[in-house]
Amino acid sequence: MSQDIFVVVEHLREQVADISHVMLAGARQLSGSTGGKVMAVLLGQNTQGLANSLAADGVLYVDHPSLAEFTSDAYQLALAGLIQERSPRAVIFGHSSIGMDIASGLSAKLGFPVVSSCRNFTADGKFVSQICGGKIMAEGELPAPTALVTMVPGGYKAEEGNQPPAVETIAAPALDNLRISIKQYIEPDTSDVDISKEAVLVSVGRGIQNKDNIELATELAEALGCAVSASRPVVDQGWMPTTRLVGKSGKRVKPKIYLALGISGAPEHVEGMSDSQVIIAVNTDSNAPIYNIAKYGTTVDMFDLLPVLTDKVKQAK
Amino acid sequence: MKIAVPVKFVPDLVEELTIDSGGTALDTSWLRLIINEFDDHAVEQAILLKERGGGQVIVAMSEAEGADDFLFASAAKGADQLIKLTGDFSASNNHALARAYADLLKELQPDLILTGVQAHNDLDGSVGPLLAEYLGMPYVGYVSGLTVAGDKVTVRKEYAGGLIAEMEVNLPAVLGIQAAEQPPRYVAYSKIRQVMGTAKIEERVVADLDLSGGITVSRMFQPEVAERATMIEGSPEEVADKIIGILKELGTL
Amino acid sequence: MEITLSPLSPSFSKTFFSSLYELKDGERIRTCLQCGTCSGVCPFGYIMKFPPGKMIGALRAEIFDQVIKADSVWMCISCNACAAFCPSNIPITAALMTRAKEEMLLAGNIPAELQAAMENTQRYGNPLGESPRKRADWTAGIHPEVNILSKTRQPVDVLWFVGDYASYHSRMQPVTKAFAKILNALGVKFGILGTEEFSDGDSQRLAGERGLFEMVAQKNGQLFKKYKFNEIITTDPHAFNAIKNEYPLLGIKYPVRHYTQFLFERLEQLKPLMKKEVKAKVAYHDPCYLGRVNGVFDEPRALLAAIPGIELVELSHQRMNSLCCGGGGGGMWLDGFQWEKAHTRLSEWRVREAMAVHADILAVACPYEPPRFEDATKTIEGAGQLKVREIAELIAESMEV
Repeated sequence: MSQDIFVVVEHLREQVADISHVMLAGARQLSGSTGGKVMAVLLGQNTQGLANSLAADGVLYVDHPSLAEFTSDAYQLALAGLIQERSPRAVIFGHSSIGMDIASGLSAKLGFPVVSSCRNFTADGKFVSQICGGKIMAEGELPAPTALVTMVPGGYKAEEGNQPPAVETIAAPALDNLRISIKQYIEPDTSDVDISKEAVLVSVGRGIQNKDNIELATELAEALGCAVSASRPVVDQGWMPTTRLVGKSGKRVKPKIYLALGISGAPEHVEGMSDSQVIIAVNTDSNAPIYNIAKYGTTVDMFDLLPVLTDKVKQAK
Repeated sequence: MKIAVPVKFVPDLVEELTIDSGGTALDTSWLRLIINEFDDHAVEQAILLKERGGGQVIVAMSEAEGADDFLFASAAKGADQLIKLTGDFSASNNHALARAYADLLKELQPDLILTGVQAHNDLDGSVGPLLAEYLGMPYVGYVSGLTVAGDKVTVRKEYAGGLIAEMEVNLPAVLGIQAAEQPPRYVAYSKIRQVMGTAKIEERVVADLDLSGGITVSRMFQPEVAERATMIEGSPEEVADKIIGILKELGTL
Repeated sequence: MEITLSPLSPSFSKTFFSSLYELKDGERIRTCLQCGTCSGVCPFGYIMKFPPGKMIGALRAEIFDQVIKADSVWMCISCNACAAFCPSNIPITAALMTRAKEEMLLAGNIPAELQAAMENTQRYGNPLGESPRKRADWTAGIHPEVNILSKTRQPVDVLWFVGDYASYHSRMQPVTKAFAKILNALGVKFGILGTEEFSDGDSQRLAGERGLFEMVAQKNGQLFKKYKFNEIITTDPHAFNAIKNEYPLLGIKYPVRHYTQFLFERLEQLKPLMKKEVKAKVAYHDPCYLGRVNGVFDEPRALLAAIPGIELVELSHQRMNSLCCGGGGGGMWLDGFQWEKAHTRLSEWRVREAMAVHADILAVACPYEPPRFEDATKTIEGAGQLKVREIAELIAESMEV
């Protein structure tokens, strides 16, 4: 039984996912109230190098050929033994395609409760979960003795460590009779972007004025690694394909960030994007209804803003 | 091929949500329930599989207002067997629900179980992986397409940024559906009405719920609503810096 | 445009054909002259693989399954122009087009937007997917307070059936408020159904969802039975059409008038109250389900003419020959689909007509229209000055209420 906070590091194809750094930041705060250490748990094959960027007090590294790629089967087996043996105070997973595949199964297997959609911890160590599409927060004592937690982004800034933490290599258990195997990865099809799956959208409305100006939005989207979407007038003009249309007659999107450029916020458009986590509106009309649903807004002229913003994004990368 | 789809209802977010007087749960007197959208996709995916390769689709859910309508609509779409778990689910959680489904599914012995990858009111894990563990089956979530061949299923699992992993899973298995291969279909209301006259809903009593593994909420509240957008003032440079800050804060840069 | 002449399933054509006979005047379809008037007057006829005339031809050739496979019937906005000009008086819109859409829907061939509107109606009682609890939210701030019958249960003279878009759409709520103020100023004893009201269902019916229409109609019928009133009025021509012509077929029989008829009757009372000049050249657009389908042409014009300062001008398509705004028969929920096929909007044609007669204001009398026409004024070059106003708005402005 320890007061340590474990963070199960998410990584795919030699890249540590951002959520891992968010979880470590959350674990750091939680460890302040529990008094234990922040331990990153890294599973993989020859992926020890990924430990270097982790802001943790130590890294528990498990190396095994069956852990070379993520499968819930192998990850659960490897983690179950480790959690039982070390009895940490909490194990934090991403509320994501990786973490959600394993956290609940481990809860059922080990009998430890699991807290979903945790956004942050309070100063006295309670969990705060964000549910019902962000409309409701639920707070409670972290289940004892060991709590499993899946964490959503938004509560903490992703921060990398400034020096490589100490790595303890753990012998992998027997990973036999696995029932899931990976066949291949399929790269996202860039020829036809699915805007409903983008984490960030740069969306243009009538205020973009003409087809040539869309290039400004495209440059920003390229710098951000996201897609350009549009409101109906822009698609109607044939400036953007219908696949990029957001709204009643187009797609419903819910990205983390929806950057609305020159979009007034007509109900037909709002219907398709109001579930976005954060809407940033750029519109010279300070009375535009878009400001009723946007979290942030600015009346700066988008034609002045876009080139500057694109440059700064490139620098920030 | 027998495909089971256990589903659940969630609060409808079209309605304002309010917290009850105890301050630890949603006020159910004002609550309207709706099918968890991912479960809706799971039902669609099951019916697509049946249309493609034959088989039998079982849709199961726990008692709730509107459950019958949903089950009948599923039958109108092509589901063969409708099951309603009855009992007191007012204090239920996902652990209890998964155990109740596990008991049912041990008996039905499906080859494949499809369920929504998550629900917006999940507080104690998600039903799919809990169920898989209780049944001793493998689980893969965030699935947006699958092909069954013999005693294996090949699934397309989605990762952030559009990356897809193709995985092979031994059957029987539980899959958490992110999106069906095509959006849930529409059934004309007249078809649903027709089905109401012919389809049967089997009721199974769940005597007592085992809530262990769940969590306790001591306070539920609504996050502060920003009335109008916070306006970012300043030069284009200053505004750009602030936007960069927001992008970073949300982990998108 | 290839049409195979060999029948794939002649039995389907036969079944479909005979299903038309069961409808009012359905047997008239036999008398089709194949003159092509319907396809010519149809605003989207030029773009349909099977315009109405060709649909009838396909029925005769027993290749109607090809019509169902092609999705061009989703271009139909049920404006009834085909039927109005048919020399054989065939109920083309009411029978042929609507039945064909029913078949499309049963076959699951339904554009996503339309599907969402149907699902919303089924679940929330309105196609917009708004909370039914918010249906009467527009009444906030009106004095004297709007009488909501479920709360007061008072008998009233007039039951105002508000309708979906008038209740919820942000562009229409000010119009709805304006009409409430006009009624108050006239001292009319009226009430609304409030949160209990369901969609009238007429556009869903004309988009092929007969079962859903019957469901909401029966729910509204139950409500009508519950309260005491002398007549129903509505600002929505689609609700007007449903309650006037369709609800009675389901045994729900109540006198109903469009608000322009109701106000026209009170024109002498209204005139002295309209003091403020509205200096403008106004062109009136006849809504399909007020004008062409139900013959109300003069009352809206008389109301407009009575507003001091207004000069009335006529659009090139007017009265019986009015041009649809594109929102009927499910068109409200087929915007994306129809745009992809046609790359034009009927609302845009109409705005160009208004510009051609140098109108300052395009006046309308249907809640589908202001958002549609206003959108069009934004995309058409030089149309920025044209204002789109509901008649009730103009009256309220002149009354300064």
